Amino acid sequence: MSIALAYGALDARADLTIEITQGVDNPTAIAVVPFAWQGGGAAPLDVAEVIDGDLTRSGQFAPVGRADMLSRPSTEAEVFYRDWRAIDTEYLLIGRVSVTDRMRIDYELFDVLRQTPVFEGFESGPIDEARLLGHRVADAVYEKLTGIRGAFATKLLYVSVTRVPGGKDYYRLTLADSDGARPVVLLESREPILAPAWSPDGRQIAYVSFESSRPAIYRQDLATGQREQLTNFRGLNSSPAWSPDGNTMAMVLSKDGNPDIYLMNMADRQLTRITKHYAIDTEPAWMPDGRSLLFTSDRGGKPQIYRYDLRSGATDRLTFEGNYNARARVAQDGRNVVLVHQQEGKFHIALLDLVTNRLHILTSTELDESPSIAPNGSMVLYATKQADRGILAAVSVDGGVKFRLPAREGDVREPAWSPYLAR
Amino acid sequence: MKHLSVAGKAVTLLFTAALLVACSGSDTREADEAAARAAADAAARSAQDAAAAEAAAEAAANQQRLDEAAAAVGNVFYFDFDSSTLKPEAISALNAHIAALQGNNRNVRLEGHTDERGTREYNMALGERRGNSVRDYMVANGIASYRIEVVSYGEERPIAYGSGESNWSQNRRVELK
Repeated sequence: MSIALAYGALDARADLTIEITQGVDNPTAIAVVPFAWQGGGAAPLDVAEVIDGDLTRSGQFAPVGRADMLSRPSTEAEVFYRDWRAIDTEYLLIGRVSVTDRMRIDYELFDVLRQTPVFEGFESGPIDEARLLGHRVADAVYEKLTGIRGAFATKLLYVSVTRVPGGKDYYRLTLADSDGARPVVLLESREPILAPAWSPDGRQIAYVSFESSRPAIYRQDLATGQREQLTNFRGLNSSPAWSPDGNTMAMVLSKDGNPDIYLMNMADRQLTRITKHYAIDTEPAWMPDGRSLLFTSDRGGKPQIYRYDLRSGATDRLTFEGNYNARARVAQDGRNVVLVHQQEGKFHIALLDLVTNRLHILTSTELDESPSIAPNGSMVLYATKQADRGILAAVSVDGGVKFRLPAREGDVREPAWSPYLAR
Repeated sequence: MKHLSVAGKAVTLLFTAALLVACSGSDTREADEAAARAAADAAARSAQDAAAAEAAAEAAANQQRLDEAAAAVGNVFYFDFDSSTLKPEAISALNAHIAALQGNNRNVRLEGHTDERGTREYNMALGERRGNSVRDYMVANGIASYRIEVVSYGEERPIAYGSGESNWSQNRRVELK
């Protein structure tokens, strides 16, 4: 069996780069000055670059180029506001990086227009987690300036495929930082891997692998790499989705004749069937309160999104616009639902507002799929095609910000954005 | 033969010899008859065997013709977009496979596939629906359901990697293996 648990192996082939294609109309000008390195030798990482990249990618900030900086302060005493007003900077972030047995990043944010410090803070952690510390600083700055919790110190799962025309492709399940950096291949196989999903605590993942020549759902612990096959039923074994409390996994099985949604109790592995329809019922997604599930069904003839209430057992249809709405994912606010919507033969990512019941199309490319929403609800990561290759792309929930994460090699697909991760 | 002269002895001996010969002639006839019966049986058996062998050879040749006919029609059946309805050309190809499968005890695996349009998990279900559509036709035509396994790969295993109908139509398929 050509399958490998390549745990901890860095794989440059799965590396993603970032191309920002659209930002907000009036992004906030922020200067992230290179942080002063207070250790010996060369700094192991340009932390300011990581922070700058995070803020830029949000689309809400316009970075000030280093070449334009008239001074490079690292303490409040070195800050001359006129240097920053002169280049139309609104906010200024400075910092210092020191190392003992751990790395420590001290940072300060200034309001250039009001000529006043906004706040200061620090992050510390293992030296080899320098990038993570940078993402945490970006999270703090983002939250201070937007009022929205930052989601840069999170992770992505995705599947990358190296084509072997006429033969069996290579499939890799990869874990990376939210900016695509530091990719780690978790699983490699010559058989398809799909539907990666996170446990609510971010410690475990589930996915579908065809390594046994049939689809089966696996659960894998990220810290230990230990994994376990959860299902091995005749027919479909797909769409694993952990409940918000982590005690239950929704999944799709066709063992009883056609695809239906089942719930697996993670303590005793008992199954409960919750849809019993001769149509296709698939792609379960939990509402954040855990009381209902959204799913795709073609019981009305074409795939549409339905909601199943776990207490009453009632099912109601949520989408009515167009003849193809599928694979819903719900934001933590329980209001914004992202899904795949077909319009004039093209598949776009759309946002359904459960309060107004309005559908907004967010993307303009043709083969968009697998939307995954950031834990802070700000951005939607999805898979699309560019020049016949699968790539990842992101769009803000208001459609105003767009960026792409093309891979250096192969096709990339099925992104899954992690929940907030414990420190 | 109480007073035996030398000559008499000789006659006796001759007679005895004749008798012995006569007796031995009677044994030979019985043996011949047995042999004839055995030969007739053997001939009958061999005729039966030959007939059976001929029948078997004919059956094998027939099965070979059916297998060749099944191989000639190919093992891939194509579908329209978002459809699991068997097309007429798929049905005629399937009939050849069904005829071949009725004469052997081979098990088959039906792998259902879709094109890249639409979501991966919905396509996984659609691929299974296509596989089931082929399976149901085979079962309705006399192939035991336990001999058939359906596995859907959805859109994960395209034949043609590109986009556009010329590629998509090659990917919406069930492969009989």
